[in-house]
Amino acid sequence: MGEEVKLIGARGSPFNCRVEIALKLKGVEYEFIEEDLANKSPLLLKYNPVHKKIPVLLHNGKPIAESLVILEYVDQTWEGASILPQHPYERAMARFWAKFIDDKCMSALWNACWSKGKEQEKAIEEANELLKLLENELKDKKFFGGDNIGLVDIVADFIAYWVGAIQEVTGAEVLTKEKFPKLFEWAREFINCSIVKEKLPPRDHLTGFFRIKLEAPDTLKYNPQVR
Amino acid sequence: MATSDVKLLGAWPSPYVNRVQIVLKLKSVDYEYMEQSFPGKSELLLKSNPVYKKIPVLIHGDKPICESLIIVQYIDEVWNKNGPSLLPSDPYDCAMARFWAAYIDDKWFPIMGELRKAQEEEAKATLIKQAAEGLVLLEEAFLKCSKGKDYFGGESIGYLDIALGSFLGWIKAGEIMSGVKLLDETKTPGLVQWAQRFCSNDVVKDVLPEPEKLIEVLKMIQARLKAAATST
Repeated sequence: MGEEVKLIGARGSPFNCRVEIALKLKGVEYEFIEEDLANKSPLLLKYNPVHKKIPVLLHNGKPIAESLVILEYVDQTWEGASILPQHPYERAMARFWAKFIDDKCMSALWNACWSKGKEQEKAIEEANELLKLLENELKDKKFFGGDNIGLVDIVADFIAYWVGAIQEVTGAEVLTKEKFPKLFEWAREFINCSIVKEKLPPRDHLTGFFRIKLEAPDTLKYNPQVR
Repeated sequence: MATSDVKLLGAWPSPYVNRVQIVLKLKSVDYEYMEQSFPGKSELLLKSNPVYKKIPVLIHGDKPICESLIIVQYIDEVWNKNGPSLLPSDPYDCAMARFWAAYIDDKWFPIMGELRKAQEEEAKATLIKQAAEGLVLLEEAFLKCSKGKDYFGGESIGYLDIALGSFLGWIKAGEIMSGVKLLDETKTPGLVQWAQRFCSNDVVKDVLPEPEKLIEVLKMIQARLKAAATST
């Protein structure tokens, strides 16, 4: 077909993982280019001059940045399993919850996992409110997307997998079976999906990375070099 | 469709509400407009948008849809036979429109919010510089997206025109209040001409509030904040 697909990313990043899951879902072959975020390459700066962040998808040389934008692009461009629902109202709902996760949940969960003392109590309270909303949205569905994973599930990969890894390292109790049984079960189902399992970074890589972060508290502020 | 089948909860000074009003007009959708008085939040608003408790909220039948750009896409998809599509049909052009709209909402317009709050001259100068740099990026985006035509969307107003254009009233209000020109024809000539075209468009001009009225709103908010800060 003469199609060239490349992904500039970082395997430890949940934003990167979203795109890899989406490409796998569509059966798209691609070349992965690992980016060293401490030392950004000319390639990244050329293809994402505005934000200078990963992931960046390159399709036949044309760059697309911002994971939510990339996910919509992948869904529109390639046949295969749908990432977004078909019905306009359900599409709007999927977009709403995906944006909610990005705008509110990511930083709140990160802070809840990493902060200490009184600050952590407050952060966990905030995280609880947000997770409750997601738990209610999930209702009795297996996935946010219904019987199969969809946009919201993919965007929530951080919640399903990364949060558990951070909790293991810091001892924080943000997402637990007792507090959020449905979400907890959803997380288990999500990370056990064959497509997802293949694209998640190894657990010990993540915990190793987070253990290093624990020793360097000044790097803990939520400032993702990824989007 | 009966008029009451589509409701819009809004507030006239809000650029986010203006986006939805413009699109509803472009798509010739009849709707019932329900002005929400500031700062109170009506029961209907709290029920329809429990997560953010903000306007705009579109209620279609009994289903609420929140977040202006999500509402815009929803209207575009539901009333897809009414007029041209707001998002480009080419997936790459579509991605570019989404990318720049997200940039405007997440990065560029928040600078304007910071500018309004900034007290020191140095802070203001830094923010004005950042805003101007952002507009240069948007000028490049305009040239790429418009491909020589009148709008970001090409021959007709599209998603990105609406995303940025909805802020033009506030940009103008900011320029009047600060005495600093943000949309400068020497730096961003394409955008300046686009802005004039957008604001004088028949559909848009009935929706976007006049900068003078927005300045009054701003002064009222500032007075309220001052009163709240001094009364203890």
